[in-house]
Amino acid sequence: MSILVDKSTRVIVQGLTGREGTFHAKACAEYGTRIVGGVTPGKGGTTHEGWPIFNSMQEAVDKTGADASVIFVPPPYAADAIMEAADAEVELIVCITEGIPTLDMVRAWEFLQNRRSRLIGPNCPGIISPGHCKIGIMPGRIHREGPVGIVSRSGTLTYEAVYQLTTRGVGQSTAIGIGGDPIIGTNFVDAIDLFNRDPMTEAVVMIGEIGGNAEETAAEYVKTHMRKPVVGFIAGQTAPPGRRMGHAGAIISGGKGTAAEKIKAMEAAGIHIARSPADIGETVIAALGVTARA
Amino acid sequence: MKIHEHQGKGILKKYGVAVPRGEVAETADQAEAASQHLFGAGASAVVVKAQIHAGGRGKGGGVKVAKSVKEAGEIAAKMLGMKLVTHQTGAEGRIVRRLLIEETLPIEKELYLGVVIDRTEARPVFMASAAGGMEIEQVAAENPAAILKEYIDPGLGLEAFQARKLAFALGLKPQQINSAVQFMTSLYKAFAETDCSLLEINPFVSCTDGRLFALDAKINFDDNALFRHPDIRELRDISEEDPLEVEASKYNLNYIKLDGNVGCMVNGAGLAMATMDIIKYAGGMPANFLDVGGGANAEQVTHAFEILLSDKNVKAVLINIFGGILRVDTLAKGVVEAASKTHIQLPVVLRLEGTNVEAGREILKQSGLNFIVANTMKDAAEKVVAAARAS
Repeated sequence: MSILVDKSTRVIVQGLTGREGTFHAKACAEYGTRIVGGVTPGKGGTTHEGWPIFNSMQEAVDKTGADASVIFVPPPYAADAIMEAADAEVELIVCITEGIPTLDMVRAWEFLQNRRSRLIGPNCPGIISPGHCKIGIMPGRIHREGPVGIVSRSGTLTYEAVYQLTTRGVGQSTAIGIGGDPIIGTNFVDAIDLFNRDPMTEAVVMIGEIGGNAEETAAEYVKTHMRKPVVGFIAGQTAPPGRRMGHAGAIISGGKGTAAEKIKAMEAAGIHIARSPADIGETVIAALGVTARA
Repeated sequence: MKIHEHQGKGILKKYGVAVPRGEVAETADQAEAASQHLFGAGASAVVVKAQIHAGGRGKGGGVKVAKSVKEAGEIAAKMLGMKLVTHQTGAEGRIVRRLLIEETLPIEKELYLGVVIDRTEARPVFMASAAGGMEIEQVAAENPAAILKEYIDPGLGLEAFQARKLAFALGLKPQQINSAVQFMTSLYKAFAETDCSLLEINPFVSCTDGRLFALDAKINFDDNALFRHPDIRELRDISEEDPLEVEASKYNLNYIKLDGNVGCMVNGAGLAMATMDIIKYAGGMPANFLDVGGGANAEQVTHAFEILLSDKNVKAVLINIFGGILRVDTLAKGVVEAASKTHIQLPVVLRLEGTNVEAGREILKQSGLNFIVANTMKDAAEKVVAAARAS
């Protein structure tokens, strides 16, 4: 099974009429996701690729009964799109957009407090429950249904981990890209906690990277609450300090946020560390073996 | 984006933050003229400050006090064109092209003020410390209690009571509190309205006559917000950046030059970092970080290729693409175009997976070019490290 999304999830695409929105909405629909319409202010009442377009999220939710949205809106308007989706009370908002100003996200994050929507991202590949639902930009065909939950700050590195699992015959319950920005809606602890409660998830892979201390916080959670094996990888072991490595949030500043610190905290929490990115799949298999014997 | 101290002070001044009187000089003559003005306005001495994008200038000999116009000119003549090496510049240092000539102040206390975004709290945090003049990271490591923090509600900004709390905690005198509050609220306003990612006043000085000043100003801006600040974008000084990184930024490519000899082109920051890591595990050293991003087109890939190849240390290239937004066929088209255009002689190892991968592989095959194809990341890393050793 899966967390957060399933076959019944009804999705509105914010920014459906754009190039990326169109391409990925079609790919999601082909995968089996129930895309029920799009929002592009000013184009309400028209249709695009057979989907109805609405002027606002509220109208889209009222008319389609959508309970999730995915955002492909350009960076200057994306934080506003997040708030609009939260105001329309969809349960899940997946923001793919990369490059949102941090202070815009500070406002959006504040707006989300005490509202019912969960935000995944921004600057993320989205969420997929293989065989059930894909809300995002990940290539669906590399996934396979199974027992491993994945949570990651990176997009393509998540695909790499999934690919290693699938080619070894190990499927995934759900894979969530939480995003590479400094301010994100769903963090490692939130996702790991959901996997901990999900009866179908038997092990979790967390893929972190340099910058911030979210991995350390997650390690604390794992140490005290986690009942399932966790495998971890940290990208940026060779990254120089003080440089922003592509992701807005991936920077070692003032000697803090190094891969070494994170790996140390994760190991201390009993997380199985894959040192090389090529070893993620094998480490998961070894960790699953441990549970099978227990 | 980073800017120079004098540019930062220019911005702060507009927001009503008190900064010392000063002028920018690019020649010794200009430095003398600036000193003349400052001495004429009552300065007892002037300080000549090298303008480079790095801290630790004082220890490196980039900040000097002059007691006369003549001395200021002499110091300026020596400082301009010198290679300033600090703990933040690395051994290569930075060439000093510009100076800030400022009045000296009767300093009583050196304090610290800073504003950053706290990632865990998801809001700005205003920091203050009585340990001014020291690096705040060092204070944080040795005595975290010495850093006072006020979290800021993004809808409200820094409230007067918060600033007052910090001002009293810094040990300022009762008659200084109002001006400290005005100073701090102006500082936060500058941070919020110009989309800073970091604003540091170190030291924030309290003078013997009670006045408060930003003696230094370090401002970094959120690159993602520069689209709404064309005036700030103008302040970029590309002479402070690596030329290849400047070139890459023109095409929205994330490129960071490193010291190794294996050039890499990857899509996605996490995979790009992991690719660097695995090159090291395979016994090689990455020559760069290069994330071509999610939405790269054939033209960007061509530019990315050219940038990789203009690093003369590069002996072999690894292209590791896992297509999500970036379709593998788009990448393949770009690689073929670039490889034919640049007549590449170096070995190129390709590892491709993801959206439209079959079409991508077909394009490579049809090209007739001699690429080394790898199946897994490990395989790719081993092949490229071996190729770099052999070439």
